[in-house]
Amino acid sequence: MTELTKLTIAEARAKLTAKEISAVELTDAYLAAIEAVNPVINAYVTVTPEKAREMAKASDARIAAGKAGALEGIPLGIKDLFATRDVHTQACSHILDGFKPKYESTVSQNLWDDGAVMLGKLNMDEFAMGSSNESSYYGPVINPWKAEGSNQQLVPGGSSGGSAAAVAAQLCAGATATDTGGSIRQPAAFTGTVGIKPTYGRCSRWGIVAFASSLDQAGPIARDVRDCAIMLKSMASVDAKDTTSVDLPVPDYEAAIGQSLKGMKIGIPNEYRVDGMPEEIEKVWQQGMQWLKDAGAEIVNISLPHTKYALPAYYIVAPAEASSNLARYDGVRYGLRVDGKDIVDMYEKTRAAGFGTEVKRRIMIGTYVLSAGYYDAYYLQAQKVRTLIKRDFEIAFANGVDAILTPATPSSAFGIADEDLASDPVKMYLNDIFTVTVNMAGLPGMSVPAGLDHKGLPLGLQLIGKPFDEETLFKTAHVIEQAAGTFSPKKWW
Amino acid sequence: MSVDLATVKRVARLARLAVSEEEAQKMMGELNGILGFVEQLSEVNVKDVEPMTSVTPMVMRKRDDVVTDGDKADDIVANAPATTENFFMVPKVVE
Repeated sequence: MTELTKLTIAEARAKLTAKEISAVELTDAYLAAIEAVNPVINAYVTVTPEKAREMAKASDARIAAGKAGALEGIPLGIKDLFATRDVHTQACSHILDGFKPKYESTVSQNLWDDGAVMLGKLNMDEFAMGSSNESSYYGPVINPWKAEGSNQQLVPGGSSGGSAAAVAAQLCAGATATDTGGSIRQPAAFTGTVGIKPTYGRCSRWGIVAFASSLDQAGPIARDVRDCAIMLKSMASVDAKDTTSVDLPVPDYEAAIGQSLKGMKIGIPNEYRVDGMPEEIEKVWQQGMQWLKDAGAEIVNISLPHTKYALPAYYIVAPAEASSNLARYDGVRYGLRVDGKDIVDMYEKTRAAGFGTEVKRRIMIGTYVLSAGYYDAYYLQAQKVRTLIKRDFEIAFANGVDAILTPATPSSAFGIADEDLASDPVKMYLNDIFTVTVNMAGLPGMSVPAGLDHKGLPLGLQLIGKPFDEETLFKTAHVIEQAAGTFSPKKWW
Repeated sequence: MSVDLATVKRVARLARLAVSEEEAQKMMGELNGILGFVEQLSEVNVKDVEPMTSVTPMVMRKRDDVVTDGDKADDIVANAPATTENFFMVPKVVE
Protein backbone atom coordinates (compact mmCIF):
# COMPACT_ATOMS: atom_id res chain seq x y z
CA MET A 1 0.00 0.00 0.00
CA THR A 2 2.73 2.48 0.89
CA GLU A 3 4.01 2.19 -2.66
CA LEU A 4 0.92 4.08 -3.81
CA THR A 5 1.98 7.24 -1.96
CA LYS A 6 5.18 7.28 -4.03
CA LEU A 7 3.25 8.02 -7.21
CA THR A 8 3.34 11.53 -8.62
CA ILE A 9 0.02 13.10 -9.61
CA ALA A 10 0.72 12.31 -13.28
CA GLU A 11 1.58 8.68 -12.47
CA ALA A 12 -1.47 8.23 -10.23
CA ARG A 13 -3.66 9.80 -12.91
CA ALA A 14 -2.42 7.24 -15.46
CA LYS A 15 -3.01 4.29 -13.12
CA LEU A 16 -6.46 5.56 -12.13
CA THR A 17 -7.45 6.08 -15.76
CA ALA A 18 -6.19 2.58 -16.65
CA LYS A 19 -8.15 1.29 -13.63
CA GLU A 20 -4.98 -0.35 -12.26
CA ILE A 21 -5.73 1.27 -8.91
CA SER A 22 -8.85 2.80 -7.40
CA ALA A 23 -9.23 6.23 -5.87
CA VAL A 24 -10.31 4.61 -2.60
CA GLU A 25 -7.10 2.52 -2.48
CA LEU A 26 -4.99 5.57 -3.17
CA THR A 27 -6.80 7.65 -0.54
CA ASP A 28 -6.54 4.86 2.05
CA ALA A 29 -2.79 4.63 1.42
CA TYR A 30 -2.40 8.34 2.15
CA LEU A 31 -4.65 8.20 5.22
CA ALA A 32 -2.55 5.34 6.59
CA ALA A 33 0.65 7.29 5.90
CA ILE A 34 -0.76 10.38 7.65
CA GLU A 35 -1.77 8.34 10.67
CA ALA A 36 1.71 6.88 10.95
CA VAL A 37 3.80 9.94 10.17
CA ASN A 38 1.84 13.05 11.07
CA PRO A 39 2.42 12.71 14.84
CA VAL A 40 6.14 13.21 14.08
CA ILE A 41 5.95 15.82 11.27
CA ASN A 42 2.88 17.81 12.43
CA ALA A 43 2.04 18.81 8.84
CA TYR A 44 -1.74 18.36 9.21
CA VAL A 45 -3.75 20.25 11.82
CA THR A 46 -6.87 18.31 10.94
CA VAL A 47 -7.42 15.12 8.92
CA THR A 48 -10.77 14.43 7.24
CA PRO A 49 -10.75 10.65 6.62
CA GLU A 50 -14.51 10.23 6.22
CA LYS A 51 -14.83 13.07 3.77
CA ALA A 52 -11.77 11.76 1.89
CA ARG A 53 -13.18 8.24 1.53
CA GLU A 54 -16.55 9.58 0.47
CA MET A 55 -14.96 11.80 -2.19
CA ALA A 56 -12.73 8.95 -3.37
CA LYS A 57 -15.73 6.68 -3.72
CA ALA A 58 -17.48 9.30 -5.83
CA SER A 59 -14.31 9.59 -7.94
CA ASP A 60 -14.27 5.85 -8.57
CA ALA A 61 -17.91 6.06 -9.70
CA ARG A 62 -17.10 8.91 -12.11
CA ILE A 63 -14.08 7.05 -13.47
CA ALA A 64 -16.25 3.97 -14.04
CA ALA A 65 -18.83 6.13 -15.80
CA GLY A 66 -16.17 7.68 -18.03
CA LYS A 67 -16.71 11.12 -16.50
CA ALA A 68 -13.34 11.64 -14.81
CA GLY A 69 -12.16 15.20 -14.17
CA ALA A 70 -8.59 16.49 -14.57
CA LEU A 71 -7.69 15.63 -10.97
CA GLU A 72 -10.06 12.71 -10.51
CA GLY A 73 -9.23 10.71 -7.39
CA ILE A 74 -6.05 12.65 -6.55
CA PRO A 75 -5.67 13.11 -2.75
CA LEU A 76 -4.61 16.65 -1.81
CA GLY A 77 -3.83 18.59 1.35
CA ILE A 78 -5.29 22.08 1.78
CA LYS A 79 -3.50 24.89 3.60
CA ASP A 80 -5.50 26.01 6.64
CA LEU A 81 -5.82 29.48 5.05
CA PHE A 82 -8.42 28.22 2.54
CA ALA A 83 -12.05 28.17 3.64
CA THR A 84 -13.41 24.61 3.43
CA ARG A 85 -17.09 24.12 4.13
CA ASP A 86 -17.80 22.75 7.63
CA VAL A 87 -14.11 21.88 8.09
CA HIS A 88 -11.53 23.50 10.42
CA THR A 89 -10.39 26.82 8.86
CA GLN A 90 -8.35 28.88 11.29
CA ALA A 91 -5.28 30.21 9.46
CA CYS A 92 -3.58 28.31 12.31
CA SER A 93 -4.57 31.10 14.69
CA HIS A 94 -6.24 30.84 18.09
CA ILE A 95 -8.40 33.85 17.27
CA LEU A 96 -10.39 31.77 14.75
CA ASP A 97 -10.99 29.17 17.45
CA GLY A 98 -13.60 26.65 16.29
CA PHE A 99 -14.28 28.40 12.97
CA LYS A 100 -15.93 26.15 10.37
CA PRO A 101 -17.09 28.21 7.42
CA LYS A 102 -20.38 27.67 5.64
CA TYR A 103 -18.73 28.30 2.30
CA GLU A 104 -15.87 26.99 0.17
CA SER A 105 -12.95 28.97 -1.28
CA THR A 106 -13.01 29.28 -5.07
CA VAL A 107 -9.61 27.58 -5.44
CA SER A 108 -10.56 24.52 -3.37
CA GLN A 109 -13.97 24.35 -5.06
CA ASN A 110 -12.19 24.33 -8.45
CA LEU A 111 -10.12 21.35 -7.27
CA TRP A 112 -13.18 19.41 -6.04
CA ASP A 113 -14.99 20.22 -9.30
CA ASP A 114 -12.11 18.54 -11.12
CA GLY A 115 -12.44 15.44 -8.94
CA ALA A 116 -9.69 15.93 -6.32
CA VAL A 117 -10.00 14.35 -2.86
CA MET A 118 -9.44 16.32 0.36
CA LEU A 119 -7.24 14.64 2.98
CA GLY A 120 -7.27 17.46 5.53
CA LYS A 121 -5.99 20.92 6.47
CA LEU A 122 -2.32 21.76 6.58
CA ASN A 123 -0.27 23.57 9.21
CA MET A 124 1.13 27.03 8.47
CA ASP A 125 2.49 30.13 10.14
CA GLU A 126 -0.32 32.02 11.89
CA PHE A 127 -2.13 34.11 9.27
CA ALA A 128 0.68 33.17 6.85
CA MET A 129 3.07 35.46 8.74
CA GLY A 130 6.41 33.74 9.06
CA SER A 131 9.24 31.95 7.29
CA SER A 132 9.64 28.90 9.53
CA ASN A 133 6.13 27.66 10.41
CA GLU A 134 7.01 28.34 14.05
CA SER A 135 4.31 30.97 14.55
CA SER A 136 1.48 28.41 14.15
CA TYR A 137 -0.88 28.06 17.11
CA TYR A 138 -0.62 24.31 16.44
CA GLY A 139 3.12 24.14 16.91
CA PRO A 140 5.95 23.92 14.40
CA VAL A 141 6.09 21.55 11.43
CA ILE A 142 9.19 19.33 11.34
CA ASN A 143 11.05 19.27 8.03
CA PRO A 144 11.21 15.69 6.66
CA TRP A 145 14.81 16.54 5.71
CA LYS A 146 17.68 16.28 8.18
CA ALA A 147 21.31 17.19 7.69
CA GLU A 148 23.55 14.18 7.11
CA GLY A 149 24.74 12.66 10.37
CA SER A 150 22.62 15.07 12.41
CA ASN A 151 19.52 14.56 14.48
CA GLN A 152 18.64 18.25 14.72
CA GLN A 153 15.07 19.10 13.78
CA LEU A 154 14.87 21.61 10.94
CA VAL A 155 12.10 24.00 9.90
CA PRO A 156 10.29 23.33 6.62
CA GLY A 157 10.17 27.07 5.88
CA GLY A 158 7.01 29.11 5.91
CA SER A 159 4.40 30.13 5.80
CA SER A 160 3.25 27.08 3.77
CA GLY A 161 5.43 24.78 5.90
CA GLY A 162 2.73 22.14 6.36
CA SER A 163 2.07 22.05 2.61
CA ALA A 164 5.75 21.62 1.74
CA ALA A 165 6.44 19.04 4.47
CA ALA A 166 3.35 16.98 3.60
CA VAL A 167 4.39 16.85 -0.06
CA ALA A 168 8.01 15.98 0.78
CA ALA A 169 7.00 13.26 3.28
CA GLN A 170 4.45 11.87 0.78
CA LEU A 171 1.48 12.59 3.03
CA CYS A 172 -0.45 14.02 0.05
CA ALA A 173 -0.02 13.93 -3.71
CA GLY A 174 0.07 17.73 -3.86
CA ALA A 175 -0.97 20.67 -1.72
CA THR A 176 -2.47 24.10 -2.01
CA ALA A 177 -0.39 26.94 -0.63
CA THR A 178 -0.30 30.73 -0.68
CA ASP A 179 2.49 33.22 -1.16
CA THR A 180 2.55 36.83 0.06
CA GLY A 181 6.32 37.34 0.26
CA GLY A 182 7.76 33.89 -0.48
CA SER A 183 5.46 31.52 1.43
CA ILE A 184 5.27 29.00 -1.43
CA ARG A 185 8.76 29.27 -2.86
CA GLN A 186 10.86 29.34 0.35
CA PRO A 187 9.27 26.21 1.92
CA ALA A 188 9.45 24.44 -1.47
CA ALA A 189 13.18 25.22 -1.59
CA PHE A 190 13.67 23.98 2.02
CA THR A 191 11.99 20.63 1.34
CA GLY A 192 13.15 19.72 -2.18
CA THR A 193 9.67 20.25 -3.61
CA VAL A 194 8.41 22.41 -6.48
CA GLY A 195 6.20 25.45 -5.87
CA ILE A 196 4.81 28.19 -8.07
CA LYS A 197 3.33 31.53 -7.10
CA PRO A 198 1.39 32.55 -10.19
CA THR A 199 0.86 36.11 -11.40
CA TYR A 200 -1.29 38.24 -9.09
CA GLY A 201 -4.87 37.75 -10.29
CA ARG A 202 -4.38 34.28 -11.79
CA CYS A 203 -6.10 32.46 -8.90
CA SER A 204 -9.14 33.84 -7.14
CA ARG A 205 -8.49 35.03 -3.59
CA TRP A 206 -12.13 34.50 -2.61
CA GLY A 207 -12.44 32.37 0.51
CA ILE A 208 -8.73 32.61 1.34
CA VAL A 209 -8.16 34.26 4.73
CA ALA A 210 -6.70 37.65 3.80
CA PHE A 211 -3.22 38.70 4.94
CA ALA A 212 -2.00 41.43 2.54
CA SER A 213 -4.56 41.68 -0.24
CA SER A 214 -2.35 43.34 -2.87
CA LEU A 215 0.31 40.63 -2.47
CA ASP A 216 -1.53 37.37 -1.60
CA GLN A 217 -1.74 34.73 -4.31
CA ALA A 218 -2.53 31.00 -4.18
CA GLY A 219 -0.48 28.33 -5.92
CA PRO A 220 0.47 24.65 -5.65
CA ILE A 221 3.35 22.82 -4.00
CA ALA A 222 3.99 19.41 -5.56
CA ARG A 223 6.72 16.82 -6.10
CA ASP A 224 7.68 17.85 -9.60
CA VAL A 225 7.15 20.48 -12.25
CA ARG A 226 4.52 18.55 -14.14
CA ASP A 227 2.41 18.01 -11.03
CA CYS A 228 2.50 21.75 -10.33
CA ALA A 229 1.34 22.40 -13.89
CA ILE A 230 -1.54 19.95 -13.49
CA MET A 231 -2.63 21.52 -10.20
CA LEU A 232 -2.35 25.15 -11.29
CA LYS A 233 -4.51 24.47 -14.34
CA SER A 234 -7.32 23.44 -12.00
CA MET A 235 -6.72 26.11 -9.32
CA ALA A 236 -6.66 29.12 -11.68
CA SER A 237 -9.90 30.74 -12.85
CA VAL A 238 -11.64 34.03 -13.35
CA ASP A 239 -14.07 34.60 -10.51
CA ALA A 240 -16.87 37.13 -10.20
CA LYS A 241 -16.33 37.02 -6.43
CA ASP A 242 -12.77 38.43 -6.69
CA THR A 243 -12.57 41.64 -8.72
CA THR A 244 -8.78 41.26 -8.97
CA SER A 245 -9.00 37.84 -10.60
CA VAL A 246 -8.09 38.13 -14.25
CA ASP A 247 -10.35 37.30 -17.16
CA LEU A 248 -7.79 35.45 -19.27
CA PRO A 249 -8.10 31.87 -20.49
CA VAL A 250 -6.17 29.37 -18.35
CA PRO A 251 -3.55 27.74 -20.61
CA ASP A 252 -2.77 24.03 -20.60
CA TYR A 253 0.41 24.45 -18.54
CA GLU A 254 1.35 20.81 -18.91
CA ALA A 255 1.66 21.30 -22.69
CA ALA A 256 4.54 23.74 -22.08
CA ILE A 257 6.63 21.00 -20.47
CA GLY A 258 9.22 19.62 -22.85
CA GLN A 259 9.22 22.64 -25.14
CA SER A 260 12.60 23.87 -26.33
CA LEU A 261 14.47 26.76 -24.70
CA LYS A 262 16.28 27.61 -27.97
CA GLY A 263 16.41 31.35 -28.55
CA MET A 264 15.28 32.17 -25.00
CA LYS A 265 17.06 34.87 -23.01
CA ILE A 266 17.54 34.22 -19.30
CA GLY A 267 18.40 37.26 -17.17
CA ILE A 268 20.81 37.01 -14.24
CA PRO A 269 20.42 39.93 -11.81
CA ASN A 270 23.67 40.88 -10.13
CA GLU A 271 21.77 42.39 -7.18
CA TYR A 272 20.83 38.89 -6.02
CA ARG A 273 24.40 38.31 -4.83
CA VAL A 274 24.12 39.32 -1.18
CA ASP A 275 26.67 39.57 1.62
CA GLY A 276 27.13 36.40 3.59
CA MET A 277 25.46 34.19 1.00
CA PRO A 278 27.05 30.72 1.14
CA GLU A 279 29.38 29.83 -1.72
CA GLU A 280 27.21 26.78 -2.41
CA ILE A 281 24.26 28.95 -3.40
CA GLU A 282 26.39 30.78 -5.94
CA LYS A 283 27.59 27.39 -7.21
CA VAL A 284 24.09 26.00 -7.66
CA TRP A 285 23.10 29.24 -9.41
CA GLN A 286 26.05 28.91 -11.83
CA GLN A 287 25.10 25.29 -12.40
CA GLY A 288 21.54 26.37 -13.22
CA MET A 289 22.84 28.89 -15.78
CA GLN A 290 24.94 26.15 -17.39
CA TRP A 291 21.98 23.77 -17.65
CA LEU A 292 19.86 26.43 -19.35
CA LYS A 293 22.73 27.35 -21.67
CA ASP A 294 23.15 23.67 -22.59
CA ALA A 295 19.43 23.60 -23.43
CA GLY A 296 19.90 26.42 -25.92
CA ALA A 297 19.06 29.51 -23.88
CA GLU A 298 21.19 32.61 -23.87
CA ILE A 299 22.35 33.90 -20.46
CA VAL A 300 22.44 37.69 -20.10
CA ASN A 301 23.39 39.88 -17.15
CA ILE A 302 20.69 42.29 -16.07
CA SER A 303 20.30 44.87 -13.35
CA LEU A 304 17.36 45.23 -10.99
CA PRO A 305 18.71 48.21 -9.05
CA HIS A 306 15.90 48.56 -6.51
CA THR A 307 16.12 44.95 -5.29
CA LYS A 308 17.54 45.87 -1.88
CA TYR A 309 14.56 48.09 -1.16
CA ALA A 310 11.96 45.39 -1.79
CA LEU A 311 12.16 43.84 1.67
CA PRO A 312 11.92 47.11 3.64
CA ALA A 313 9.06 48.27 1.39
CA TYR A 314 7.34 44.92 1.92
CA TYR A 315 7.60 45.34 5.70
CA ILE A 316 5.57 48.51 5.40
CA VAL A 317 3.01 47.47 2.77
CA ALA A 318 2.28 43.95 4.08
CA PRO A 319 1.79 44.89 7.77
CA ALA A 320 -0.28 47.93 6.74
CA GLU A 321 -2.66 45.76 4.75
CA ALA A 322 -2.60 43.07 7.45
CA SER A 323 -3.52 45.51 10.23
CA SER A 324 -6.53 46.52 8.18
CA ASN A 325 -7.53 42.96 7.19
CA LEU A 326 -7.15 41.62 10.72
CA ALA A 327 -9.36 44.34 12.20
CA ARG A 328 -12.31 42.02 11.56
CA TYR A 329 -11.28 39.65 14.37
CA ASP A 330 -13.12 41.28 17.23
CA GLY A 331 -14.82 38.41 19.06
CA VAL A 332 -18.25 39.22 17.64
CA ARG A 333 -18.90 37.32 14.43
CA TYR A 334 -16.65 34.28 14.69
CA GLY A 335 -13.85 32.69 16.64
CA LEU A 336 -12.55 33.43 20.08
CA ARG A 337 -14.18 35.82 22.54
CA VAL A 338 -12.70 36.87 25.87
CA ASP A 339 -15.20 38.80 27.97
CA GLY A 340 -14.36 42.28 29.24
CA LYS A 341 -15.92 45.00 31.33
CA ASP A 342 -17.23 46.76 28.20
CA ILE A 343 -17.10 46.23 24.45
CA VAL A 344 -13.69 47.86 23.91
CA ASP A 345 -12.23 45.84 26.77
CA MET A 346 -13.72 42.73 25.16
CA TYR A 347 -12.10 43.60 21.79
CA GLU A 348 -8.72 44.26 23.37
CA LYS A 349 -8.69 41.15 25.54
CA THR A 350 -9.93 38.92 22.70
CA ARG A 351 -7.27 40.17 20.30
CA ALA A 352 -4.54 40.00 22.94
CA ALA A 353 -5.40 36.36 23.70
CA GLY A 354 -6.16 35.30 20.13
CA PHE A 355 -3.18 36.64 18.15
CA GLY A 356 0.36 35.32 18.52
CA THR A 357 3.51 37.41 18.93
CA GLU A 358 4.44 37.76 15.25
CA VAL A 359 0.90 38.67 14.21
CA LYS A 360 0.67 41.31 16.96
CA ARG A 361 4.03 42.72 15.90
CA ARG A 362 2.81 43.15 12.32
CA ILE A 363 -0.52 44.64 13.39
CA MET A 364 1.43 47.15 15.48
CA ILE A 365 3.78 48.07 12.62
CA GLY A 366 0.87 48.36 10.20
CA THR A 367 -1.21 50.49 12.55
CA TYR A 368 1.76 52.75 13.19
CA VAL A 369 2.70 53.33 9.54
CA LEU A 370 -0.92 54.08 8.65
CA SER A 371 -1.51 56.39 11.62
CA ALA A 372 -1.94 60.12 11.23
CA GLY A 373 1.31 61.93 10.50
CA TYR A 374 3.26 58.85 9.37
CA TYR A 375 1.29 57.75 6.31
CA ASP A 376 3.30 59.79 3.78
CA ALA A 377 6.70 59.01 5.28
CA TYR A 378 6.13 55.27 5.36
CA TYR A 379 3.21 53.88 3.37
CA LEU A 380 3.21 56.34 0.46
CA GLN A 381 7.01 56.15 0.18
CA ALA A 382 6.85 52.33 0.17
CA GLN A 383 4.19 52.29 -2.57
CA LYS A 384 6.35 54.60 -4.70
CA VAL A 385 9.36 52.35 -4.19
CA ARG A 386 7.12 49.47 -5.22
CA THR A 387 6.47 51.20 -8.55
CA LEU A 388 10.25 51.42 -9.05
CA ILE A 389 10.74 47.73 -8.20
CA LYS A 390 8.15 46.78 -10.79
CA ARG A 391 9.75 49.15 -13.33
CA ASP A 392 13.11 47.37 -12.91
CA PHE A 393 11.47 44.15 -14.07
CA GLU A 394 9.57 45.86 -16.90
CA ILE A 395 12.83 47.27 -18.27
CA ALA A 396 14.49 43.84 -18.17
CA PHE A 397 11.57 42.22 -19.98
CA ALA A 398 11.39 45.08 -22.53
CA ASN A 399 15.05 44.39 -23.32
CA GLY A 400 14.16 40.90 -24.47
CA VAL A 401 14.61 38.83 -21.32
CA ASP A 402 12.12 35.94 -21.22
CA ALA A 403 12.70 34.79 -17.65
CA ILE A 404 15.00 35.58 -14.73
CA LEU A 405 17.02 32.99 -12.80
CA THR A 406 17.97 33.59 -9.15
CA PRO A 407 18.58 31.55 -6.00
CA ALA A 408 15.32 30.84 -4.15
CA THR A 409 16.65 31.40 -0.63
CA PRO A 410 19.86 32.73 0.94
CA SER A 411 20.42 29.43 2.84
CA SER A 412 19.16 25.88 3.21
CA ALA A 413 16.72 24.91 6.00
CA PHE A 414 17.71 26.09 9.49
CA GLY A 415 17.05 24.62 12.93
CA ILE A 416 13.82 24.77 14.88
CA ALA A 417 13.96 27.42 17.63
CA ASP A 418 17.08 29.03 16.18
CA GLU A 419 18.02 31.53 18.90
CA ASP A 420 19.72 33.93 16.57
CA LEU A 421 16.59 34.24 14.42
CA ALA A 422 14.17 34.28 17.35
CA SER A 423 15.91 37.23 18.98
CA ASP A 424 15.81 39.46 15.90
CA PRO A 425 12.64 39.58 13.73
CA VAL A 426 14.50 41.36 10.90
CA LYS A 427 16.91 38.39 10.55
CA MET A 428 13.96 36.06 10.00
CA TYR A 429 12.52 38.50 7.46
CA LEU A 430 15.76 38.29 5.43
CA ASN A 431 14.79 34.74 4.42
CA ASP A 432 12.44 36.27 1.87
CA ILE A 433 15.03 38.57 0.32
CA PHE A 434 14.98 36.80 -3.09
CA THR A 435 11.27 36.04 -3.23
CA VAL A 436 9.60 39.21 -1.99
CA THR A 437 10.43 41.33 -5.06
CA VAL A 438 8.19 39.07 -7.12
CA ASN A 439 5.15 39.74 -4.92
CA MET A 440 5.84 43.46 -4.89
CA ALA A 441 5.75 43.42 -8.72
CA GLY A 442 2.87 40.91 -8.98
CA LEU A 443 4.93 38.57 -11.19
CA PRO A 444 4.91 34.77 -11.37
CA GLY A 445 7.77 33.01 -9.56
CA MET A 446 8.67 29.37 -9.24
CA SER A 447 11.03 27.44 -7.01
CA VAL A 448 12.57 24.25 -8.33
CA PRO A 449 15.09 22.01 -6.52
CA ALA A 450 18.56 22.22 -8.05
CA GLY A 451 20.82 20.24 -5.75
CA LEU A 452 21.94 19.49 -2.21
CA ASP A 453 24.36 21.47 -0.06
CA HIS A 454 27.31 19.98 1.86
CA LYS A 455 24.92 19.02 4.68
CA GLY A 456 22.78 17.07 2.23
CA LEU A 457 19.93 19.59 2.39
CA PRO A 458 18.01 20.76 -0.70
CA LEU A 459 18.66 24.08 -2.40
CA GLY A 460 16.25 25.67 -4.82
CA LEU A 461 16.49 27.99 -7.79
CA GLN A 462 13.87 30.59 -8.54
CA LEU A 463 12.52 31.48 -11.98
CA ILE A 464 10.70 34.78 -12.42
CA GLY A 465 8.50 35.38 -15.45
CA LYS A 466 6.49 38.03 -17.23
CA PRO A 467 2.92 38.64 -16.05
CA PHE A 468 0.70 35.66 -16.99
CA ASP A 469 3.59 33.84 -18.67
CA GLU A 470 3.62 30.86 -16.29
CA GLU A 471 4.13 28.57 -19.30
CA THR A 472 7.68 29.86 -19.76
CA LEU A 473 8.40 29.09 -16.10
CA PHE A 474 7.09 25.54 -16.45
CA LYS A 475 9.16 24.74 -19.54
CA THR A 476 12.30 26.32 -18.05
CA ALA A 477 11.88 24.71 -14.63
CA HIS A 478 11.40 21.36 -16.33
CA VAL A 479 14.82 21.69 -17.99
CA ILE A 480 16.40 22.34 -14.58
CA GLU A 481 14.52 19.40 -13.09
CA GLN A 482 15.64 17.08 -15.91
CA ALA A 483 19.25 18.07 -15.26
CA ALA A 484 19.14 18.15 -11.46
CA GLY A 485 16.80 15.23 -10.84
CA THR A 486 14.22 15.10 -8.07
CA PHE A 487 15.01 14.90 -4.37
CA SER A 488 13.38 12.94 -1.55
CA PRO A 489 14.33 12.92 2.13
CA LYS A 490 15.66 9.74 3.70
CA LYS A 491 12.99 8.25 5.95
CA TRP A 492 13.91 8.67 9.64
CA TRP A 493 10.37 8.55 10.93
CA MET B 1 12.16 57.75 13.47
CA SER B 2 11.79 55.69 16.60
CA VAL B 3 8.90 55.04 18.93
CA ASP B 4 8.74 55.58 22.70
CA LEU B 5 6.71 53.62 25.21
CA ALA B 6 3.79 56.06 25.14
CA THR B 7 3.56 55.70 21.34
CA VAL B 8 3.62 51.89 21.59
CA LYS B 9 0.72 52.02 24.04
CA ARG B 10 -1.18 54.49 21.87
CA VAL B 11 -0.75 52.31 18.76
CA ALA B 12 -1.79 49.22 20.73
CA ARG B 13 -4.92 51.08 21.77
CA LEU B 14 -5.62 52.04 18.12
CA ALA B 15 -5.12 48.39 17.12
CA ARG B 16 -7.34 47.21 20.00
CA LEU B 17 -4.63 45.03 21.49
CA ALA B 18 -4.37 44.82 25.27
CA VAL B 19 -0.67 44.95 26.18
CA SER B 20 1.01 44.62 29.56
CA GLU B 21 3.79 46.98 30.62
CA GLU B 22 6.30 44.23 29.98
CA GLU B 23 4.92 43.45 26.50
CA ALA B 24 4.93 47.12 25.57
CA GLN B 25 8.60 47.37 26.58
CA LYS B 26 9.50 44.33 24.47
CA MET B 27 7.45 45.57 21.51
CA MET B 28 9.17 48.95 21.66
CA GLY B 29 12.57 47.35 21.03
CA GLU B 30 11.28 45.15 18.21
CA LEU B 31 9.32 47.91 16.52
CA ASN B 32 12.33 50.18 16.62
CA GLY B 33 14.41 47.39 15.08
CA ILE B 34 11.96 47.04 12.20
CA LEU B 35 11.52 50.80 11.77
CA GLY B 36 15.31 51.13 11.68
CA PHE B 37 15.42 48.50 8.94
CA VAL B 38 12.78 50.21 6.77
CA GLU B 39 14.43 53.62 7.30
CA GLN B 40 16.65 52.97 4.24
CA LEU B 41 13.64 53.61 1.97
CA SER B 42 14.02 57.33 2.61
CA GLU B 43 17.24 57.34 0.54
CA VAL B 44 15.36 56.32 -2.65
CA ASN B 45 14.64 59.14 -5.06
CA VAL B 46 10.91 58.95 -5.70
CA LYS B 47 10.53 62.31 -7.42
CA ASP B 48 7.73 62.09 -10.04
CA VAL B 49 7.06 58.44 -9.16
CA GLU B 50 3.43 57.44 -8.79
CA PRO B 51 2.59 55.24 -5.81
CA MET B 52 1.48 51.77 -6.89
CA THR B 53 -2.21 51.11 -6.56
CA SER B 54 -2.50 47.95 -8.64
CA VAL B 55 0.17 45.48 -9.78
CA THR B 56 -1.69 44.60 -12.97
CA PRO B 57 -3.00 47.57 -14.91
CA MET B 58 -6.69 46.81 -15.05
CA VAL B 59 -10.04 48.47 -14.76
CA MET B 60 -11.89 47.09 -11.78
CA ARG B 61 -14.67 44.81 -12.87
CA LYS B 62 -18.02 45.83 -11.47
CA ARG B 63 -21.07 43.64 -11.25
CA ASP B 64 -24.66 44.71 -11.76
CA ASP B 65 -26.24 46.14 -8.64
CA VAL B 66 -28.62 43.27 -8.06
CA VAL B 67 -29.20 40.82 -5.22
CA THR B 68 -27.40 37.55 -6.00
CA ASP B 69 -27.19 36.00 -2.57
CA GLY B 70 -28.99 36.02 0.75
CA ASP B 71 -31.54 34.29 2.98
CA LYS B 72 -28.83 32.64 5.01
CA ALA B 73 -28.98 34.31 8.40
CA ASP B 74 -28.42 30.96 10.12
CA ASP B 75 -25.18 30.43 8.19
CA ILE B 76 -23.99 33.94 8.99
CA VAL B 77 -24.37 33.62 12.75
CA ALA B 78 -23.35 29.94 12.83
CA ASN B 79 -19.80 30.69 13.99
CA ALA B 80 -20.53 33.57 16.38
CA PRO B 81 -19.52 33.16 20.03
CA ALA B 82 -22.86 34.58 21.24
CA THR B 83 -26.14 34.99 19.34
CA THR B 84 -29.83 35.27 19.95
CA GLU B 85 -32.49 34.90 17.26
CA ASN B 86 -29.98 35.50 14.46
CA PHE B 87 -28.50 38.59 16.13
CA PHE B 88 -24.87 38.88 17.20
CA MET B 89 -24.68 39.47 20.96
CA VAL B 90 -22.22 42.08 22.27
CA PRO B 91 -21.71 43.70 25.67
CA LYS B 92 -24.01 46.64 26.34
CA VAL B 93 -22.84 49.72 24.40
CA VAL B 94 -25.65 52.18 25.23
CA GLU B 95 -26.54 52.92 28.83
